[in-house]
Amino acid sequence: MEPVISVEGQAYPYGVKNVDTDIIIPAHWLKTTSREGLGKGAFETVRAVAGNVFDDPAYAGSPILIAGDNFGCGSSREHAAWALTDMGVRVVIAPSYSDIFSGNAIKNGIVPVVLPQDAIDRLIDVAREGQPITVDLETMTVTTSFQDRFTFALDPFRRQCLMEGLDEIGITLARDTAISNYEAQAMMSRPWIAGESQNAGIAVKGAGRT
Amino acid sequence: MASPLTMYEKIWADHVVERRDDGTCLIYIDRHLVHEVTSPQAFSGLRAAGRAVRRPELTLAVPDHNLPTTARVGADGQRLAIADPASAEQLAALERNVAEFGITYIDAIEARQGIVHVVGPEQGFTLPGTTLVCGDSHTSAHGALGALAFGIGTSEVEHVLATQTLLLQQARTMEVRVDGTLGFGVSAKDVILAIIGKIGAAGGTGHVIEYTGEVIRGLSIEGRLTISNMSIEGGARAGLIAPDETTFAYLKGRPMVPQGEDWERAVAYWRTLPSDAGAVFDKTVLLHADDIAPSLTWGTSPEDVVPITGVVPAPESFADPSKQAAARKSLDYMGLTPGMRMQDVAVEHIFIGSCTNSRIEDLRAAAAVVRGRKIAGGIKQALVVPGSGLVKRQAEAEGLDRIFVEAGFEWREPGCSMCLAMNPDKVPAGERCASTSNRNFVGRQGPGARTHLVSPAMAAAAAITGRLADVRELIAAN
Ligand code: SF4
Repeated sequence: MEPVISVEGQAYPYGVKNVDTDIIIPAHWLKTTSREGLGKGAFETVRAVAGNVFDDPAYAGSPILIAGDNFGCGSSREHAAWALTDMGVRVVIAPSYSDIFSGNAIKNGIVPVVLPQDAIDRLIDVAREGQPITVDLETMTVTTSFQDRFTFALDPFRRQCLMEGLDEIGITLARDTAISNYEAQAMMSRPWIAGESQNAGIAVKGAGRT
Repeated sequence: MASPLTMYEKIWADHVVERRDDGTCLIYIDRHLVHEVTSPQAFSGLRAAGRAVRRPELTLAVPDHNLPTTARVGADGQRLAIADPASAEQLAALERNVAEFGITYIDAIEARQGIVHVVGPEQGFTLPGTTLVCGDSHTSAHGALGALAFGIGTSEVEHVLATQTLLLQQARTMEVRVDGTLGFGVSAKDVILAIIGKIGAAGGTGHVIEYTGEVIRGLSIEGRLTISNMSIEGGARAGLIAPDETTFAYLKGRPMVPQGEDWERAVAYWRTLPSDAGAVFDKTVLLHADDIAPSLTWGTSPEDVVPITGVVPAPESFADPSKQAAARKSLDYMGLTPGMRMQDVAVEHIFIGSCTNSRIEDLRAAAAVVRGRKIAGGIKQALVVPGSGLVKRQAEAEGLDRIFVEAGFEWREPGCSMCLAMNPDKVPAGERCASTSNRNFVGRQGPGARTHLVSPAMAAAAAITGRLADVRELIAAN
């Protein structure tokens, strides 16, 4: 994953509330076995309407997307994050996110910045004027050329993952001894969880009932 | 004495492998369900990094999202090809991946096949007190059995496959208590719609919900699964219901549950899980059964709930200006005008299915309304899609399939179907569907499709009358 430290550029002044992942990327785009090329399907239903922000040449290729409350609600599809990455978005700024979406965003190097609604309203005005916005993870600020300055928070581990482009699986695999110790202890206290040892956990006899 | 704990806190504590200084915990995952849509990129990630699956025996894979619900085997007993090449490739990729990584797999033509969230409980793969994940947001369903179950993205699927753990922050807790006794014609679906209508689509964000109270205690496991399933529509990644005698009776003897001495030990442990008296939740929401009528959605967010006796709301009736704007857009998309009686809205499609409402009790409830009647002339398509092959068999043994078919419904093979329209089952643009699924998002059941979320009995009532109807009137007429 590419490290993200600072992102500067124009922003899509989208601002819509409760944007679900079916809007970010409709289900028929999910029939893929790759992470690439989903930008084409991003916001398909929004883009079907003339005058939408995503097809406005003034905002083409913006690295920042400004949205409303509860962005990315609905399905767990990581395709939503892949679609945003593919269309060039590296930062989303919204008052809140669904828990699953913000996790998916971070794992794909997208910064989910949380700011209050009045800051969002201001940034939408700035974006509409075509002025750039800067999001900086070093200082944890969002700034504009009009001297606006908003600070945001992100938990330290997530911030570190973004700034260093860390491979979380690699980090966890390094904790192998701790995981093995946990498994040994769980085998004593909850032996029925394990499939292989007792073979009672997951053994399948017959089809079962409804 | 130790301070009283909620069930969530107990399950969490029992799964902490390590706690980092910043509070993030490495959490052990006991059960992992895999389906064809959110897993291919995870397996290719493992392959690219040369990583193995740590505990393949703790993972169960089953195809569901993409599968056509028409016959899967021809008259000659041969498997029929899937017409859509992209779907066929995704299914083939799952088969290759489970074979390569040694994962237990339920094939599309087995009786055990079904929607992941129907299969897990049905096979006893889902157990109380376990952590269970799946690359699907409705994994929250499994919390009905007292499992800490939540949906994850594909990177997390890969993380669980490689390490059997996840790096997580502890969530806040929220109690949703429903007291009283449900009225005539009111089902679990109406209860969860009422809850989401009350807390809002983001009301549970950052929280794990525990459902408590007399109404929840009185529900069957099927009903509890319906409730917990839709926790995510209220923003909560997981929902929990304390395991009790109903839970143990449901689980006993299922293919994947512990047996003999292990069963006894497991039940003894499960009895320690319910939240302690005096445990403190970060938030508590109370509802009373007397205030819950058969309900449905009018808009494009699951929080847009009204009782069937209600009318389409006016956007100005909402205090929040952004909600007013959203309501205007929703009404435009849904083709509805404020003040219209919900019962006057005509529908053209009926979908009885999805992981919310496709279990045997759901089909029985719908069949009870349909029995001896015919679907209305204006209905273009009415589908019944059982949640699993076992549900389908059971329903056929009870003669439910004949009741549906004689009334004019189509009786299909199990899968997600019209819930998300990834397979050929779609609602055409501009047409309206009474659906027992869980999402009424724009385009969810097909581009331009209009969805009203309802219970199985209400979907049946809509099929018979050709409009959104109060099921209580039809039951009374029986
Ligand atoms: S039935 Fe619908 S909600 Fe449930 S898993 Fe399938 S697509 Fe998701």
